[in-house]
Amino acid sequence: MSAPAMTKTRTLVLARRGIPWGDIVFKWLLRVCLAIAVAFLVTLLVYVVYKGWSRLDPRLWENFPSIRRPERAGAKSALFGTLWVISLTAVFCLPVGILGAIYLEEYADPDRWYNRMIELNIANLAAIPSIVYGILGLGVIARGFGFGTTILTASITLSLLVLPIVIIASREAIRAVPSSIRQASYGLGATKWQTISRQVLPAAVPGMATGSILALSRAAGEAAPLLLLGGLTYVAYVPDGVLSGYTVLPIQIYGWISQSREAFHDLSSAAIVLLLIVIIAMNSIAIFVRNRAQKRW
Amino acid sequence: MTAPATPSAPASPQGPLGRARSRYGERTVQVVLVAAALVSVATTVGIVVSLVPPTVEFFASVSFAEFFTTTQWAPLFEPPAYGVLPLVTATLLITVIAVVVAIPLGLGAALYLSEYAHPRTRMTFKPILEVLAGVPTVVYGFFALRFVTPTLQGWLPAGMSPDVFNALSAGLVMGIMIVPTVASLSEDAMSAVPRGLRDGAYALGSSTRLVAVRVVVPAALSGIVASFVLAISRAIGETMIVAIASGNKPELSFNPLDAMQTMTGFIAQAGSGDLPTASLDYKTIFAVGALLFLITFVMNLISARLVRRFREVYE
Repeated sequence: MSAPAMTKTRTLVLARRGIPWGDIVFKWLLRVCLAIAVAFLVTLLVYVVYKGWSRLDPRLWENFPSIRRPERAGAKSALFGTLWVISLTAVFCLPVGILGAIYLEEYADPDRWYNRMIELNIANLAAIPSIVYGILGLGVIARGFGFGTTILTASITLSLLVLPIVIIASREAIRAVPSSIRQASYGLGATKWQTISRQVLPAAVPGMATGSILALSRAAGEAAPLLLLGGLTYVAYVPDGVLSGYTVLPIQIYGWISQSREAFHDLSSAAIVLLLIVIIAMNSIAIFVRNRAQKRW
Repeated sequence: MTAPATPSAPASPQGPLGRARSRYGERTVQVVLVAAALVSVATTVGIVVSLVPPTVEFFASVSFAEFFTTTQWAPLFEPPAYGVLPLVTATLLITVIAVVVAIPLGLGAALYLSEYAHPRTRMTFKPILEVLAGVPTVVYGFFALRFVTPTLQGWLPAGMSPDVFNALSAGLVMGIMIVPTVASLSEDAMSAVPRGLRDGAYALGSSTRLVAVRVVVPAALSGIVASFVLAISRAIGETMIVAIASGNKPELSFNPLDAMQTMTGFIAQAGSGDLPTASLDYKTIFAVGALLFLITFVMNLISARLVRRFREVYE
């Protein structure tokens, strides 16, 4: 290398080319990909709020739908229908999903063929189109069991639809609890179920809550299966029980989109804003719980 | 400690350190847990049970040859025609449009987040992608019909102006809808690539782009392909966007500017009415549903197999 200041041109100069052009372009291309997706989301939100602004007032949640007078119509029955269906879905799918996840994580021997089959089956169910669940609800629950097109049928169908999400999320939460906790509990003489119910489950609650809220928000926005289950009917009353007829927000929105008058489209925009507020609020709670409860063991 | 916990156990006949009888209740708990896990199996059985008998009855009245080879779909008209091809081609066309949008965008976003982005940037954008995935599809349908279609009508030259209902805007919006599916699954696969591979490539003088394209993508390839397959499966099964934006006209056409009806679109349209259980119309829904189920089922199996392969490599 360059000895003292005498030698003039012996210094080895490494070619300093900077970052090649292609790399800069590539990086920007990737950024554009992400930006398009984000810009789309922003455009969608702005458009929906702008379009629905004139109808975002108490009429929306205080009035019942009206076919003849869009200016008087509201989504009261749909809002209550959504509350009913989602609460009942939570009652059905959360216990089953969490218990199923406990079995798969804590009890099941993954080398057994039947346990592998259950896992493969859950992965497959998670990717089956939602309208196929509608067919299941129509053929088996509504007509086979004779529950008809009621809140009960809708809730059971949606529970089955989001069950894989609950199971997968709960399993991840359970798996994140280190086995040293379990060993310590066994070492103190606790039985398997005592260990699970008093050590593992409390530690896994935040993860399970996150997954459950995301699953329910998915159920709240789902429309396709309910189209087959009588959701698309004109309902001008608040449901009074699990065997009541119903409509939900996504279906009500779909119904208004199908109307030809412009006023109904503004109304559907307003209802979309309402639905998005519900869903984004649920998502934010889930993300908040997740970030808050990230525990370091 | 075991003695007071198990009062029902007899005074240990097999010696001081014999295996304690498990507490009553432990067994019950296990039975309950197994039952919960079996609900998912019952769901699959229920789907098959609800699909097969009406489908079999359907094919008793309509021949396989008519269903799969003729090109007229008009089951609710008189005289009815049961050629499912128009629905299948419409599904494929819209899926292709969606995938052409979603794969580059999703893969690009995943590469950026996994290889380039600062951790803080990643923390900001991942939730945004999750919100994009959480938007109900009925909202996407509304946006496709009321915003994307008019925009396309304004931008495209007069001869290429799309119909009010068209496959193009449904496909474009569906593509954006499945970007998060592609992005998050591919990013998972990319983060599973060990750091050592990247460091080795950097030590040899590679730029970030070379590391991303020649090291990370090949190493995560099966996971990335699995995300594509899953995305295709979601596009085939998506209902509300096509029911709202692509129209209800089952016609054999490959022009994305035309209105067309997909398999899911037909099920949604025909199923919304109150059909008598015994009618052939009712069974038609199940026949199309069975076809849809079969297609997505095969795609899911392929995807699951690919995911398993990429897990095996680095764990």
